[in-house]
Order: sequence, then structure tokens, then C-alpha cells
Amino acid sequence: MEIAEKTLDEILTLAAAHFKVPREKLSPDEDFFKALGIDSLQTLDLLTKLENHFRVELPDYELQGVTDFRTLAAKIQARR
Amino acid sequence: MTERGGLGEKQFEGQTLSWSLKDGVVELALHREPLNEISSLTLEELEKFVAALDGLNREAHALILHSTLKAGFSAGADLRELYQWIQEYGQEEVGKHAREYLERIHSVMNALDACPLTTIAAVHGVTFGGGFELALTCDLIIADKMARFCFPELRLGLIPGYGGIPRLKRDLGNAVVRDLLLTGRSFNATKAQQIGLVSQVVSEGEALRAARATATQMGKFDRTTAATAKRFIKPIPHEDLRREIDVFCELLLRPAVQAGLKKFVESTDAQPYLP
Repeated sequence: MEIAEKTLDEILTLAAAHFKVPREKLSPDEDFFKALGIDSLQTLDLLTKLENHFRVELPDYELQGVTDFRTLAAKIQARR
Repeated sequence: MTERGGLGEKQFEGQTLSWSLKDGVVELALHREPLNEISSLTLEELEKFVAALDGLNREAHALILHSTLKAGFSAGADLRELYQWIQEYGQEEVGKHAREYLERIHSVMNALDACPLTTIAAVHGVTFGGGFELALTCDLIIADKMARFCFPELRLGLIPGYGGIPRLKRDLGNAVVRDLLLTGRSFNATKAQQIGLVSQVVSEGEALRAARATATQMGKFDRTTAATAKRFIKPIPHEDLRREIDVFCELLLRPAVQAGLKKFVESTDAQPYLP
């Protein structure tokens, strides 16, 4: 598995576990706000989980306009 | 002291916060739903706490500030209340009212900052704006790994007005203060510890437990020595604090601020806490 795909896979797994939804219900290109039913506070929680897991620092302004997991994975990958 | 919801000086149960004294440790718990937004009622109850501090100081050696709300420590100033004032008061009145309010807030923050007890902020989740400023009055910040810190005020055309900039300048390098203030970004507890802001990072939900253990350790030392050492190493930046009030009041009157507050208050956006 390419590194980017591995990152995406880990994000999907983490998000599913954190928000207690079945992993198979999350799609890489779906709007995660809608898929997870989360607000901005919960998004910050997810960001913190991802930063801790991947040991990166991702400024939250980089999340502007990001609504799908695939783009989020690319942002995280760019910081590794 | 008999107050509605009050149980005497050593204990108080208010609408936004409560405090209690046990084994030499005062615990001040914030609990105003949804996220401990600091309102005029919060300020009144903080003023009650400060008034009780003299009595509490005689029997305690440490103070822990924490939140009982799951979402976090505090999201900062009650922006809906601020927006309401701007709607109700004319331009000139807003400035005067804001200055009076800020002077009261600063009086509380300064009292906490200078408190002879050793103070610990046990934080988790959102620790933003005025909430971050409240934590900065403490000698130590202990954060759980889900804590996030932010000064989002620039997003509204304002600067932090509760003493955050002078306290950050006192505690950290100027470059970090510029980063936080000028980007308005949030950062996590790991980063906060790396830059020297946070003393300990603990597992999710463990900040209060760690703070209690630290407070117990602090209880082993002579109180007069500890209080004297604290006065020596932790100056209150009075001049900068006064200047911060001036700058905040200048900015508050600008149309951009009113537009920013209106946007926040009226937003149906799912993402108000993101920049």
C-alpha cells in the first residue's frame, strides 16, 4: 500500500473509532461533516487525535474548505 | 457568607462555577453549559471567589481551576452577550461599558495571578480566548492530550482582552506569542508542552487527577517560602495589562468587529470554531 493510501486508511480507522461509527460506512471522498454528523468542536477533537497519532502539527486554518478524508490525508501526509 | 446557592466561604455552588476546600486544596470548578463561556454572571461569581480568597488562603496551599464540562475548559468570552451589548448601547456607551467590564475582569485575573496559593489549571478540550487567559493566570497548566489552545480574537477584529498577551509575553518567547495571535490558530497540548506553556501532558480525562497529585506535592513545602518565591519569580505585568485594555477598547468600536460578532452570532455554519 502506498504511504498516502496507508495514511488515508489510518485516518478512516481513527475517525470511525473516535466517533463510534462502523469503518465501512466511511468513504474517502464523502463529506465527513455529513457522514459523521460532527460540528467544528468535534472536528478539532479529530484534528488533535490525528496530530497525536501521526506526530505532526497541522494548523487548523489548513482545514478550511477540507470536507473529505482524502484531502485531509494529503494535508497530513504533507507534514510527515 | 450567605448567598443564594452559597454554602459559606469554604464552599460555593453557583450557576457558572463552584468551589470547595479539602485537604488544603481549593478546587474551582467551571460548569456553565455549553462550554464555560465567560459571561457577566461568570464574572460576578469569579468576583465572589476572589472575595473569598483571603479566607481560603489561610487554610489552603494550592488552588486548582478545572472544568466539569466534557467539551473542554472554556471557549472564552460570551460573544453573544458582547454582541447584545453592542446592539443595546450606542457607540460611546459601548466603549465606556467595555472598559468598566474589562477592568473588573482584569481585577479578578490579577488576583488569581498574584494569589499566594500555588495555582494549577487542569485543562482539557477547548481552552480558547478568555478561557486560555484564565488558565494563564495559573502557575502551572496541566493538560490532557485532547486539550487545544487558541487566541481566536483576531478572527473578530479584536485582540485578547483579559490579560492574555502580557501573560504570554511574560511566560513565553515573543515569536510564539506572535504565532498564536497573528495566525489565530489552535495548537494541541503536545505542542504547548514543547514551547513551555504546559507543565505536564496526561491521558485523556486525567488532568484533574494529575493536578491533585501535584497540589499534594506542593503541600509539603513551607507556605510562606512558596508564596515569597512566587512573588519573586512571577511579576504581574501591570503596565502591559493596562495598555491591553486601551488597545481592546480602541478596536471594539470598529465596524469590522461588529460585523465579525454578528457573523459569529447569526451563523448556522457547522464550523464556528474553525478559522
